[in-house]
Amino acid sequence: MSTSTTLEFTGLAKSFGAVRAVDDLTFTVPPGQVTGFLGPNGAGKTTTLRMLLGLVRPTAGTATFGGTAYHALPHPLETVGTALEASSFHPGRSARNHLRGYAIAAGIPLRRVDDVLAQVGIADFADRRVGGYSLGMRQRLGLAFALLGDPGVLVLDEPVNGLDPEGIRWIRSFLKQLAGEGRTVLVSSHLLSEVQQSVDRVVIISHGRLVYEGDLAGLESGQRVIVDAPDRAALDSALRAAGATVETAPTGSATGALAVTGLSAERIGSVALAAGVALSLLAVEQTGIEKAFLELVGEEGRP
Amino acid sequence: MNIVAAVRAEFSKILTVRLWWVLLIVLAGYVAFTAGILALAFGGLGDQLGAGGGDVPQIPDAALPPIIYSIASSVGYVFPVLFGTLATTAEFRHQTLTPTFLATPRRGVVLAAKFVTLAVFGGLYGIVALVASVGPGASILAATGRDTGLGDSDTWLLLARVVLVMAIWAIIGVGLGALIPSQVAAIVIVLAFTQFVEPILRLVSSFVDWAAGIGQYLPGAAGDALVGSSIFSSFSAPSAGAAMLEWWQGGLVLLAYAIAAGAIGYLTSWRRDVT
Repeated sequence: MSTSTTLEFTGLAKSFGAVRAVDDLTFTVPPGQVTGFLGPNGAGKTTTLRMLLGLVRPTAGTATFGGTAYHALPHPLETVGTALEASSFHPGRSARNHLRGYAIAAGIPLRRVDDVLAQVGIADFADRRVGGYSLGMRQRLGLAFALLGDPGVLVLDEPVNGLDPEGIRWIRSFLKQLAGEGRTVLVSSHLLSEVQQSVDRVVIISHGRLVYEGDLAGLESGQRVIVDAPDRAALDSALRAAGATVETAPTGSATGALAVTGLSAERIGSVALAAGVALSLLAVEQTGIEKAFLELVGEEGRP
Repeated sequence: MNIVAAVRAEFSKILTVRLWWVLLIVLAGYVAFTAGILALAFGGLGDQLGAGGGDVPQIPDAALPPIIYSIASSVGYVFPVLFGTLATTAEFRHQTLTPTFLATPRRGVVLAAKFVTLAVFGGLYGIVALVASVGPGASILAATGRDTGLGDSDTWLLLARVVLVMAIWAIIGVGLGALIPSQVAAIVIVLAFTQFVEPILRLVSSFVDWAAGIGQYLPGAAGDALVGSSIFSSFSAPSAGAAMLEWWQGGLVLLAYAIAAGAIGYLTSWRRDVT
């Protein structure tokens, strides 16, 4: 395994004709963590990953491995392991021979082929033609290809797709283990819930633009408090004077109540007390990470 | 170093899918059948018909062995072209260009490796096709009391040029595959051109004076020129005097087609985004 590498995306952009698929993306992916790369289908995740891997030429900007572009890496498969989609196989070739071809091309010892086949749990089917594989087995073979060079960086595009619950549990612990060994792990998904339990950080894009980069806890910080009082106007002015952002809660049982951001529930209580306003409602809105995610990416992110 | 690894990888990819030997068996059967029929027609049957005063095209005995042996390429050349095309378009069709370019990010190296690898397989196809044409051909010639030509060094030079032309045809196939990524479209174009368009063009050019100079530069004509003998040119040559390039000119023209197809393919589809 090569030494820890940070992925650096700088001003990355890609246009397909008039469509701006990826627009001015700048973020980093640090080693030793699992970073989730999230966004609805069509947000530009796969295009971004393919630009990182030299498969798609960026319209502008760069995506590098600690400053080195993919095509300039002296030993690409031993630096970066990639699983892009579950269909890059010749159906008439066995899994073992599939991996052998690329091990030969990359100068990787052939014993690694058996190692990775065992590691992803398909060693028993290694000499069967891939055409007969289930989607889950193809996903595992894709992962075996990624692990072939024992790389310090792993880039996995929707690796959970098509896996059964047992497979999903397996891949979650597997990702944790890989990051625990100091590797840089970037895993994309269109569903936050899929990766929520296994990622340390998230990068969220929507319509090709970065909308959030940071840890999962940070996603929740924008939560709202719903508050109401018989003297609604007095409460409103007291809260605004205390520096809160106040809106009218749009729907639900608390229609007409105030939706407050920028103040904690405790602080709102003491502001009301100081202003002599009796409260009739004080509730922290349970946004949750999923809701925060949906608000960031819009309706397309709904599963 | 990189190119050596890439060539070895291409060999591995070809040998681990059934296509190469399936096509090779069909080629051998097709060539053996055609060469056998031809040897019988001009050898054994020709005698009887000729004796009966029949109107059979007469080919001098000395010209028979080259014509029959070169069936290997004059009829079989479409196989290395198809093989090269299929080996290249399969990468697009099964989306294996992604892992291929991940393992070898310099795409020119991958294409060059395919050229080298398919040239070797084209040569192998040539050798097998020669076994299939010389085997039955020489047996029938010998059985009808004719010279097999196998004691003549010129015959062996011709056989060597058949191997060379098959290697170049395979490279042309790779170039076409890079140029036309759609496997179905590439197969249709290869078959339509080699089996239909070019034979008609060559026939027309052999009857029309001003076209004769152009006809000799068609890929099939250039390939026949390189080999130095072909069932097609032996029929058309005496009748209308269709021009024929020197063997080395034919080789260069054919190689130019291979390089042009590969270069255009590289500059267009090969360098395109892999999505």
